[in-house]
Amino acid sequence: MRRRDFLQGVTAGALTFFFTTPAGSAPIVPTRPGTYPEDFNAYLKISADGHVSCLVGKVELGQGAMTVLAMLVAEELELDPAKVDMVLGDTDLCPWDMPTGGSLTMWHTAPVLRGAAAEARAVLLRMASKALGSPVSGLTLKDGAIWVKEAPMRRTTFGELVQGRKMERHLGKVKPKPLSDCTLIGRRVPRKDALAKVTGAAKYAGDLRLPGTLHACILRPPAQGQTLVTADTAAAERVPGVRIVRDGTLLAVLHAQPDTARKALALVKGTFEGSELDVDDVRIYQYLVDKAAPGQRVVISRGDIAAGEKRAATVVEGEYRNAYESHATLEPHTSVAKWEEGRMTVWASTQSPFVFRDSVADALKLGQDKVRIIAQFVGGGFGGKLVGPGAIEAARIARQVPGVPIQVAWNREEDLFLDGYRPAAVVKIRSGLDAGRGAITFWDSTVAGVSQGEAELSYEMQTNRYQAPTVSGLHPLKVGAWRAPNAHTNAFARESQLDALAAKAGLDPVTLRRRLITDARLLHLLDLAVETFDWEPAAGPTGRGIGLACGAWRQGLVVALAQVSVDRTTGKVKTERFLEAVDVGLVVNPDGARQQVEGAITMCIGQALSEEIHFKGGHILDKNFDTYLLPRFSAIPRIQVVFADNATSVTQGIGEPPVVPVAAALANAVFDATGARVTHVPFTPERILEALKRVPTK
Amino acid sequence: MDATVSFILNGKPVTVASPRDRMLVWVLRDELGLTGTKVGCEAGLCGACTVLVDFEAVPSCSTSLGDVAGKTVLTIEGLAVDGQLNPVQKAFQEHHAFQCGYCTSGMIMAAWAFLKKKPKATRSEIVEAMEGNLCRCGAHVRILDAVETAGKVIGGVR
Repeated sequence: MRRRDFLQGVTAGALTFFFTTPAGSAPIVPTRPGTYPEDFNAYLKISADGHVSCLVGKVELGQGAMTVLAMLVAEELELDPAKVDMVLGDTDLCPWDMPTGGSLTMWHTAPVLRGAAAEARAVLLRMASKALGSPVSGLTLKDGAIWVKEAPMRRTTFGELVQGRKMERHLGKVKPKPLSDCTLIGRRVPRKDALAKVTGAAKYAGDLRLPGTLHACILRPPAQGQTLVTADTAAAERVPGVRIVRDGTLLAVLHAQPDTARKALALVKGTFEGSELDVDDVRIYQYLVDKAAPGQRVVISRGDIAAGEKRAATVVEGEYRNAYESHATLEPHTSVAKWEEGRMTVWASTQSPFVFRDSVADALKLGQDKVRIIAQFVGGGFGGKLVGPGAIEAARIARQVPGVPIQVAWNREEDLFLDGYRPAAVVKIRSGLDAGRGAITFWDSTVAGVSQGEAELSYEMQTNRYQAPTVSGLHPLKVGAWRAPNAHTNAFARESQLDALAAKAGLDPVTLRRRLITDARLLHLLDLAVETFDWEPAAGPTGRGIGLACGAWRQGLVVALAQVSVDRTTGKVKTERFLEAVDVGLVVNPDGARQQVEGAITMCIGQALSEEIHFKGGHILDKNFDTYLLPRFSAIPRIQVVFADNATSVTQGIGEPPVVPVAAALANAVFDATGARVTHVPFTPERILEALKRVPTK
Repeated sequence: MDATVSFILNGKPVTVASPRDRMLVWVLRDELGLTGTKVGCEAGLCGACTVLVDFEAVPSCSTSLGDVAGKTVLTIEGLAVDGQLNPVQKAFQEHHAFQCGYCTSGMIMAAWAFLKKKPKATRSEIVEAMEGNLCRCGAHVRILDAVETAGKVIGGVR
């Protein structure tokens, strides 16, 4: 892909795409587009001693961006990736970039960086050609040195050539190395963050220890949607060393010790205002359907649904739900802000340094150039740290105490309370299969709570209609982008519905999909998954507890196979085995990609089986990990990951795709085990027992 | 009231002036600057703050300073000896048994405490031992592999 084409392709369109928000809610982040600089010097610096630094506006959330981006630079410049210094997520030093999310790093940033490194290589070779008096074709480049192939003594180094200056020469579009010449791409490379992370040396935002730091604990309302009116801080102020800062409805207790600040905060008595919401975690689904109803609109419509229904021999009507789910990163939102000489610097746990910069600037009415965000190692993101309310809080407080670093580290209760959840949603589908069991004659679906994003997959449908509401303020709770937003909700519904159609028509789930799939890549992936799992499909329920689901995120495709056992007395589901076959184009870092798939499967076992935000009105009832249940070691199955050999196509990101089909595969596996169709994510033991009661006795 | 509490930290004696009921995690991170021990839940539910007190893995968010008076405390910073990684650290590094790394210190400490007692553990015993430690990124399979590998190294050199 050429850099210029790529740029033209992304600036506006992709922003709109990436920030597709849950239907009916406000935009998640300000969509202020930036552009990738054309000058490769923005991305690469060569110091006087020849050391190569790579500057990118991405951050290291755990997905391995630091390693894979270094690989790309090292590949073009023939370096050891361990020797490329990565400077990530510093808005003063790094060129503008999109957030680290939406599987964009490899799709968006990688080609830009690879192009920049390719141009730098070509420029270095020309400089060396002049210096050594040899044509470029006669030169060898390796480990920061360039020499004449025939006379290795005639050599120079990056450091000598560049002499710590900017490289002024530009060659425009330079093609990266052909894949056949690549020695790093496709190989396992040690993670660059490994040593720091296994020794405890890796610094997260809460680990900075800037001299004079005060820890700020903020007074929270008891319920979402409420704001502070009055506060009695007398008792807190009697605690030695406490300072109170108030900025509008924000009230913070400051202390040099985080635990003392927290204890002093407990002494503050506040009164709050705001309407109580008359909805809870049980009634939310009807609430969404009712509230969305007037806003219905047809998103996609092909053919005459009524005529299609007449042709159907098997009809299934399904309603699929999912609860609000938290990002629950193990590191809660944390920021340290310092106001000095008219500039605000924020060291943040962030997925989006540039979005944080813009939103802090907006909140404080400062120019963009007056705010610097410096991302640290981030203790998980998953979409939750695309936005930075905690960074804004820290900056507002810091503005009032010039020169003093202010740390705002949410505790677990705040993190669960203030998170923008994966939206609850309801998807209703009515669809039918023809008598020959080879064609979907109609597919009529309505979704409330999320958009129609990734609702369709490459299945042949004679007629179909997708409706999604456009109601502003639909959600009573704060929602946000949760890894593969919209897609997993829609895939859960679609793949469950297909499974139900297959079972009702007496067809096995693989045969039905083989008949419907129109995309050769997906078909190949399905075969790969079935073969690797060593599975003989049969019409369900077979009692074996094996479930299939397919999913997509952009051009990334995944086929998932799950095997479960269900305890009919307790309703507990145990995932025994889970396989994903994945096609994300050229895999640059196979071990990193594998980690993402393993992680997505594991994380979404929690999504499918246990994670749910419980609430009553705006009161979030989950305060910690005793009721908000993440999967623990005992929940982890044997995991298999297999990649399609698809080295010729453009690399897609890997963060999102493997998330998409997990819950559906598990639900279909529960059906295959028991004949019970679970339609509500998470399928907790209670919901499993209810579903088992609905199974007709033969 | 501040008290003077002495204990052995990573092999060296330390004395801290701080209230006895103050939780150890704050003392480690704020008084002693050892930030490798992380704060995840402050309720002993996630294991991110796991340290060893007299070789037992405990959540330092729920262990008071007074509780460790006169005892030995080992944190992630004290695990490598003379720059040589501990076998558990080495196995985590080799297996890439982490993603974001926020749970990693606690995982390694919990695993080390367990393997010291039982290097030749079965997979299900390892699962049981690690059950109190949460990982959000889903590195579980690799963590189990790493603990198994480390167990072999530790068991082998006995």
